[in-house]
Amino acid sequence: MNALRKYINKIKPHFEKGGKYEKLQSTFEAFETLLFVPNKVTTQGTHIRDAMDMKRTMIIVVIAMVPAILFGMWNVGYQHHMATNPEVTITILQSFWEGFKLVFPIIVVSYVTGLAIEFIFAQVRGHEVNEGFLVSGMLIPLVVPVDVPLWMVAVATAFAVIIGKEVFGGTGMNILNPALTARAFLFFAYPAYMSGNDVWIHGLMKGENIVDGFSGATPLAQAAEGNVEAMPPVQDMFFGMIPGSIGETSTLAVLIGAAILLYTGVGSWRIMFSTFAGGLIMGLIFNAFAVNEFMSIPAWEHLFLGGFAFGAVYMATDPVTAAQTNKGKYIYGFLIGILAILIRVVNPAYPEGVMLAILLMNVFAPLIDHYVVEGNIKKRLKRAKVKAA
Amino acid sequence: MSKVFTIKRGLDIPLKGKAEKVIKKASDSQYYAVKPIDFHGMRTKLVSKVGDKVKVGTPLFYNKLQPSVQFTSPVSGEVVSVNRGERRKILEVVIENDQKYNYEDFGAQDPSQLEREHIIEKVLQSGLWPVIRQRPYSTVANPEDKPKSIFISAFDSAPLAPDYDLIVKGENQNFQKGINALKKLTEGTIHLNVNADYPPSEVFTKAKGVQLNHFTGPHPSGNVGVQINKLDPINQGDVVWYVYPQDVIAIGRLFDKGIYDVSKVIALTGSEVKKPLYYRFVKGASIKSIVEGNVKEGELRYISGNVLTGKKINSEGYLGYFDDQVTVIPEGKYYEFLGWAKPGFKKYSTSRSFWSWLQTSKRYRIDTNLKGGERAYVVSGEYEKVFPMNIYPVQLIKAILIEDIELMEKLGIYEVDEEDFALCEFICTSKTPVQSIVRRGLDLMREEMS
Repeated sequence: MNALRKYINKIKPHFEKGGKYEKLQSTFEAFETLLFVPNKVTTQGTHIRDAMDMKRTMIIVVIAMVPAILFGMWNVGYQHHMATNPEVTITILQSFWEGFKLVFPIIVVSYVTGLAIEFIFAQVRGHEVNEGFLVSGMLIPLVVPVDVPLWMVAVATAFAVIIGKEVFGGTGMNILNPALTARAFLFFAYPAYMSGNDVWIHGLMKGENIVDGFSGATPLAQAAEGNVEAMPPVQDMFFGMIPGSIGETSTLAVLIGAAILLYTGVGSWRIMFSTFAGGLIMGLIFNAFAVNEFMSIPAWEHLFLGGFAFGAVYMATDPVTAAQTNKGKYIYGFLIGILAILIRVVNPAYPEGVMLAILLMNVFAPLIDHYVVEGNIKKRLKRAKVKAA
Repeated sequence: MSKVFTIKRGLDIPLKGKAEKVIKKASDSQYYAVKPIDFHGMRTKLVSKVGDKVKVGTPLFYNKLQPSVQFTSPVSGEVVSVNRGERRKILEVVIENDQKYNYEDFGAQDPSQLEREHIIEKVLQSGLWPVIRQRPYSTVANPEDKPKSIFISAFDSAPLAPDYDLIVKGENQNFQKGINALKKLTEGTIHLNVNADYPPSEVFTKAKGVQLNHFTGPHPSGNVGVQINKLDPINQGDVVWYVYPQDVIAIGRLFDKGIYDVSKVIALTGSEVKKPLYYRFVKGASIKSIVEGNVKEGELRYISGNVLTGKKINSEGYLGYFDDQVTVIPEGKYYEFLGWAKPGFKKYSTSRSFWSWLQTSKRYRIDTNLKGGERAYVVSGEYEKVFPMNIYPVQLIKAILIEDIELMEKLGIYEVDEEDFALCEFICTSKTPVQSIVRRGLDLMREEMS
């Protein structure tokens, strides 16, 4: 590694101010710090620092997503196979390979588009490149249907990074979760590719070689139509062998990710816990007043359905767009849970309520924090008055 | 036993290099210095010049903003240099020790027989007044104020901190005399806060005229700011004074013998010290006499104070006015290949994202590397884990960054000091320089309010 370090030291001056590649300084720095943790030392204040940094934080989140990615790839292949040729059995590896070929390009497009924009903005601003997109870039492929055209992924990613994040000042300043912004953009701009019964399984939109009478409807869509009997068994929904967006189907994979996030302390247990609690309570309320079939499906099944678990674990916990105060986090998560199930059950036009619930609460998070902090201020003022009296 | 206050949110950083409980006499230092930069809100005016002969207790400089508060020499000898920094700011006044220990005589008196004004006058004259500091702002106390209470923290919870019970041993009388003098300065209570985890020294438990409070829990439970917050929180307009135990003893000596005697016991700590021990030392003495030949190889960081709040000095630097600890740790000027991706068995982190959590009992050798780049705030809820006051730390920091005086006040800036935020700075994923931001906020507040 010394040779590599020497080489970097040698070319470094070209990228510094006045060097011939001055314009690529941010890019150079991003790669340099990716390869080597810099030699900077503390100068004032605390002399030692915790080993945790932003790169580590982000990489932990990406690692936590790996189970969902791997399962998603397999499931894409498996679903396609079930739709086209269910008589012939194929191995797990074959399914995975089929899915990999379809999913990998989406991941590449998402990363290349997003990182290119991030690098440009960092250079223009004279900042270091932020690591935030490492996570967003992986989340975007996981929340889209497999047959979404690659150019749409690129456009949505660009929209999310520029309008969702950079106009507010970059990572740490954004109001909306970038990955969800990308999904919402696709959902409203190209609804034909984002909703309905034909988008969730590869090849269904073209309709070639599909088994007669095969339905690619997600369990959620079936439930929304009142067709509760057609829903797959609960264990399939838990393990994730159902149609849906690439990474969201397996509650098990998501739970493994949640365990990693919680154990390392990177994800907020307050948000995860309260989101699930909110969803469960709303489900129970619907059960109590059930007037149709959808309202009467067991409350806990809601937590396996659609992207609820995925949203609660990877999206709602985004620390930048969630509530920042501990008390606020409970409220924020709880309301996401309530709203997600409410939108899902009451408004059949948007069977996937989680996305909208999280985006809505992203907008409200600063307000929640404001009132929590205001409460603290009032207490302090009250204390001063008691003293004075 | 009085009420025990349990501090839950905090952190004890497991560092290597705790001092063995043996007190050694340090050989006499050749140079001593008094550093105006140890005090906040100073506008230094020199009264001595290079070449002047001084006794122990002869004034060296005073603060133009508080002309009655003067700073005196800890040793007899000759003023040899005045070191200045940027914009000719005075950093330190250096005195060469003549080893004669000629003391200025301020006259021995029994503090319990004296009036408040006389006590103040005597302490001011001797140059011991700066040991009394105030909250808010952590500046030297204003002799004209009447504090609502005085706080003495009788234990230090910082990493590798000295054991106060050991360093005050045998000083019962001086400590009591110091308390008697302080008692005259406030109409309120003198809070003496001890650690509830073990029976504290008799010097503290037998002290009269104080309210003994027990604290338990991780750092910052020993920080006086945290103790004030739990016992007698500061509202707008309040003033609380605080003094360190060894300085109470020095006040005691002033009344007992009539001299300015600021000798103390300090701990020499840190992973790079060959034999971490306690030393009999003097405020402002050069640390050369204790570190020379007693540290390991390599580029080192010498800190007067602890790793969280201490000041960087060099191997011949001087002990800070308020410090009773010297820490030596390795510098971290190296590149680490893919450091952020390694399992990190040897890296200390409060998050469990490094594999070092496998070994819980381990003590670490932590260097000064920043271990990452500075970023905008992304992760939330970190500071709250190590900040035990009922204050929203991140919100307060942000209020300071936008210089919103009113909001800072509402969020409780009067109650905090930079040292209370030291752990926040340590664990910050975004590597934010929290302490200097807090100091900026406090300075801003002080200027606004004066």
